[in-house]
Amino acid sequence: MASSSPLPGPRDGRLLLLHAADNVLVARGAIEADEPILVEGEMVTLPQALRLGHKIARRRIETGEPITKYGLPIGYAITAIDPGAHVHLHNVRSGYTSSIALDAEQGESNV
Amino acid sequence: MSDIPASEMQGWLREDGRKGIRNVVAVAYLVECAHHVAREISLPLREDGVHLIGFPGCYPNDYALHMMERLCTHPNVGAVLLVSLGCESLDRHRLLRTIKASGRPVELVVIQGTGGTRASIAQGRAWVQQQRWSLDAMPTVPITAADLVIGTVCGGSDGTSGLTGNPAAGIAFDRLIEAGAACIFEETGELIGCEHIMAARAATPALGTLIRESVDKAARYYETMGFGSFAAGNAEGGLTTIEEKSLGAYAKSGSSPIVGLIKPGDIPTQGGLYLLDVVPDGEVRWGFPNISDNAEIVELIACGAHCVLFVTGRGSVVGSAISPVVKICANPDTYRRMADDMDVDAGRILDAGAELAEVGEEIANLVLSLAAGGQTRSEALGHQEFILTYKSFEPSGPACFPA
Repeated sequence: MASSSPLPGPRDGRLLLLHAADNVLVARGAIEADEPILVEGEMVTLPQALRLGHKIARRRIETGEPITKYGLPIGYAITAIDPGAHVHLHNVRSGYTSSIALDAEQGESNV
Repeated sequence: MSDIPASEMQGWLREDGRKGIRNVVAVAYLVECAHHVAREISLPLREDGVHLIGFPGCYPNDYALHMMERLCTHPNVGAVLLVSLGCESLDRHRLLRTIKASGRPVELVVIQGTGGTRASIAQGRAWVQQQRWSLDAMPTVPITAADLVIGTVCGGSDGTSGLTGNPAAGIAFDRLIEAGAACIFEETGELIGCEHIMAARAATPALGTLIRESVDKAARYYETMGFGSFAAGNAEGGLTTIEEKSLGAYAKSGSSPIVGLIKPGDIPTQGGLYLLDVVPDGEVRWGFPNISDNAEIVELIACGAHCVLFVTGRGSVVGSAISPVVKICANPDTYRRMADDMDVDAGRILDAGAELAEVGEEIANLVLSLAAGGQTRSEALGHQEFILTYKSFEPSGPACFPA
């Protein structure tokens, strides 16, 4: 079901899209585990419960790809993430600390 | 952009060309020792547009004097009564000259000269009542969004602020800037991690560099104060990275280019989005940059803000002297508990399926309605909080402002 473009599609009303360019959706409230939920036209089953403010992938996100929320990068994927999968500490790394390292290596920041 | 008919938006024209959406008499105490007298003067008319402001310190401070000058010549202020004890160090003569030069009626009551509390209160009340009558008869002029300066702060934040209230305020900023307004966001200390993104949004590379430096300054300042903004990222609430947390606060800036980096008391020179640097320059002195939300609100007002958007999650109740405060409640549970204090229910994005764009439009319209007879909840409830403390800043350089 991989899809590289964030095509808008029908989505469960409990998921909030903060910016059109985002590849994550935010839970407006608690959503139970094993619940089928519509994500941009695809029916996915949440492997775990999702609490208010937690994120899931809006589409497939490849390893190394920026995670985009508010239309801006909040870090990058350290593994491929399937549509509907929880996006959090286990599959995302901060771009901030690495951009500091980048500063030191290249003498210039690059966000 | 608006549901408010342009013909209904009216303001008061000042000699510097700025227009106010309020026409208040400010009663300003120039040291804490004059606070009681000033309060007694303002109290009988506090619901009729007489607002109490002041500076408590007896030691001189350039920042405080500059702030008082800006506040007393704010477009929402029509006349000013200065209340001095007589021996404090704030330069009342310069403040008086500045207000006079702005074309506003101004009077100085020196308590030690009038013969004490009772005589000063009587003299002050008589003058303020006269000014109130005279300002009430002042004709209004048409006003548009392009005449407005709007600030934004967040306070009493929780996990919902970055999901609903802040992005909705950002959308309102985008709409108001499209219509020609100047909008100001602030608190560089909460934007650590966003500096590169902000710099990329700057109108010029030189401004981008200054924005990075201002966030570096905030990081150093808060480190010295002994608390890190990002000590324990709120992973429980779903926040994954430092930049995600900062972006929640940053979201209230919207998506317009950043045209200026200003300091408290700097007035935007044209429409567009400005970042207000509230962290003092130089070595760390006098404690926390802003000891409470109202200190930030007062700094936005000193930059000319006609009104301030205040996003709250846990539920703040404050308003302000001089300029109305629009309270945007991000959390639906808080809204249900404190609806009487809130102007906008942004939490309905979470529990009632409302879209960000719709709430953003509502906020922008609400701002314009304030120039068409509209009143905020905090104004209706009589909130007129004010606080001003010691700080020091270097003047802003030319690269900080739009060309």
